[in-house]
Amino acid sequence: MPKTVTEIRRGLAQGEYSSQELTRDYLARIARHNPALNCFISVTEDIALAEAKAADERLARGDGGLLTGVPLAHKDLFCTDGVKTSCGSRMLDNFIAPYDATVVERMRDAGAVMLGKTNMDEFAMGSSNENSWYGPAANPWNTARVTGGSSGGSAAVVAAGLAPAATGTDTGGSIRQPAAFCGVTGIKPTYGRVSRYGMIAFASSLDQGGPFAKSAADCALLLQAMAGFDGRDSTSSETAVDDYSATLEQGIEGLRIGLPKEYFAEGLDSRLASVIEDAIGEMRKLGAQVREISLPNTELSIPTYYVVAMAEASSNLSRYDGVRFGHRCADPVDLEDLYKRSRGEGFGEEVKRRILIGTYALSAGYYDAYYLKAQQLRRMIKEDFQKAFEDIDLILAPTTPGVAFDIGAKTDDPVSMYLQDIYTISLNLAGLPGMSLPVGFVDGLPVGMQLIGNYFDEARLLRAAHAYQQVSDWHLQSPEEFA
Amino acid sequence: MTLKSDDVRSIAHLARLHIEDDAVERYVDDLSSILDLVDAMNRVDSTGVVPLSNPLDASQRLRADEVTETDQRDKFQGIAPDVADGFYRVPRVIE
Repeated sequence: MPKTVTEIRRGLAQGEYSSQELTRDYLARIARHNPALNCFISVTEDIALAEAKAADERLARGDGGLLTGVPLAHKDLFCTDGVKTSCGSRMLDNFIAPYDATVVERMRDAGAVMLGKTNMDEFAMGSSNENSWYGPAANPWNTARVTGGSSGGSAAVVAAGLAPAATGTDTGGSIRQPAAFCGVTGIKPTYGRVSRYGMIAFASSLDQGGPFAKSAADCALLLQAMAGFDGRDSTSSETAVDDYSATLEQGIEGLRIGLPKEYFAEGLDSRLASVIEDAIGEMRKLGAQVREISLPNTELSIPTYYVVAMAEASSNLSRYDGVRFGHRCADPVDLEDLYKRSRGEGFGEEVKRRILIGTYALSAGYYDAYYLKAQQLRRMIKEDFQKAFEDIDLILAPTTPGVAFDIGAKTDDPVSMYLQDIYTISLNLAGLPGMSLPVGFVDGLPVGMQLIGNYFDEARLLRAAHAYQQVSDWHLQSPEEFA
Repeated sequence: MTLKSDDVRSIAHLARLHIEDDAVERYVDDLSSILDLVDAMNRVDSTGVVPLSNPLDASQRLRADEVTETDQRDKFQGIAPDVADGFYRVPRVIE
C-alpha cells in the first residue's frame, strides 16, 4: 500500500490503482484498526466512495487537480455540509453542519476524497485528546500512550496509515504537538494564511488550520490546496501564496538557523535533547549555519497564552445556548435555566474551566489586570521573534519537552497539562508559522523537531524539513502493529 | 490568587454555566491553581507597551454592505432543538 500523497498521486496518474480501490483499502484499514485507536469520530464511507468514483472519472478525462483521488480525513472541527461536526463535544454530538468550511471546500475542489472526521479534544482544548466526549484516541506507537492534542485523531490516523493525510488546527500547538507524539509531519501556517471560515472557533486570534502527512513534500501539496485569501474570513491574508513544491529541492546551504537557548533549558528531557542534537548535526552537514539565539520572554508565553485563549474562548463559546443548535437540556423552567443547564450538560470539564477563567479575566475590574496585561506581553513575545529574525532565517527547537505520556497520567492536573505546550504556544501568540517533523525515538516513541519561520515563510520551512527528510527516514517509519 | 466558592458561583452565573454544588470546591482549587500560573505575568513591567490583539497587527477588513446570503431558514432550523412556525422556541420570557 502506498504511504505518501506523493506516491499516491504517481500511482493514480500511472493507473496502478484507482481512487476507488485505494479508498476501499483505506476504509478496510479504518474498520480493522479504528476500534483500537478511536481516532475517527465519524467514518463517511458513502461520501468517500462517491468522491472516489468522481475522482476516477476526472482522472480518466485527464483533468485531475492537485489532490484528485487522494483520500483524506478532516478534524471534526471543520464544518462539513450534511455531516455530523461534533468538535469532540457532547454539545455538538447532534450537530449536522449546514455548510462546508473553506478548507473542506478547497480540499474537495482539489479532488481529495473525504474518509471521515477525526477525534479531538473538546473544542480543541487540550494537549492529549483525553478531553474528547468520545474518549481518547490512542497513540499508534503505543496504545497506552496519548496521541497529543488537540488534533490527536488526525495525527494518529496518518501515523497508523488509516489515511495518507489529514487536516488539523493549531491554537497553541494542536498540530505540531500531536505530530511530534505520533511521528508524523505537520505544519501550522502563518495566522491568516488558511481561512478560518467554517472552523469552529476556539481562540480567534490564535486559531489556524493546516495539514498532517508523512512528509514535508506531502504537506507542501496539501497546504497549497488549503492556503489563500478567503473573503469570508475577516482576518484572511491577501499576501500571495508561494508555490511550495517549486522550491522544495533547493537545499539549505547557507541557511541561518537559530537555536533559542530558552527552549533547550531545564524541563527538556535530556534523551530527547540528544535526539534533537543529532538532527541539528544533520542540518549542519546539509550546509546550515547554526547558532544560539535568545527569546527572553519565553517563560511568559504560558500565562499569556492561557489568558488570551481562555478569554477568547469564553466569548466564542457563548454562542452555545441551547436555542438554535446543539444540545438542549430537558424541561427548562425558564430561559436562564435553559442556558445554564444546556451549557452545563453540553460542555466537559476542561471547557468549563476555560470558560470560567476567561469569563473572570474579562469581567469588570479584572480586564486590565488579565486580558490587557496579556495582550501587552503578547507584543513583547512577538517582538522577541522579530528581533531574532533580523539575523536568522529559521528557528529550530524541540516540539515538546518529552515524548507521549500515558493516558490518564496528567488528567487530574490541568496546570501540568498546560506546561506541555511550552515550546509551541509562543508562535501562535506571534502568529508565526511552525512545523514539526520526526527526528528519532525515545523509549520507542517518536520525537519531534520544530522549525519556526518568519511570517508567510512556509516555503522555506517546508524546504528545510524536506532537506532533512532527504537524508533521514524517520518520517517513513510506521508502527509495527499498523504497518 | 485564591478564589472562594462564592466567586466561582458568581463567575459561573456570568458565564451562564450550571455547576453542580458538589463540584464547586473542585473548581475553586482548579481555577485558583490556573490563576496562580497566570499571576506570573505580573512579574514583568509592561508599562507603555501597546496591547497586541491581532498577531499581524492587522485590522478587520470591511466588505461592501450588500446582501450575500440566501434564505436557508429551513435548513438551519432543521438542526434546531425546538422550532414552530419558522421560529425558535424557548421558555416564555414575557408574562
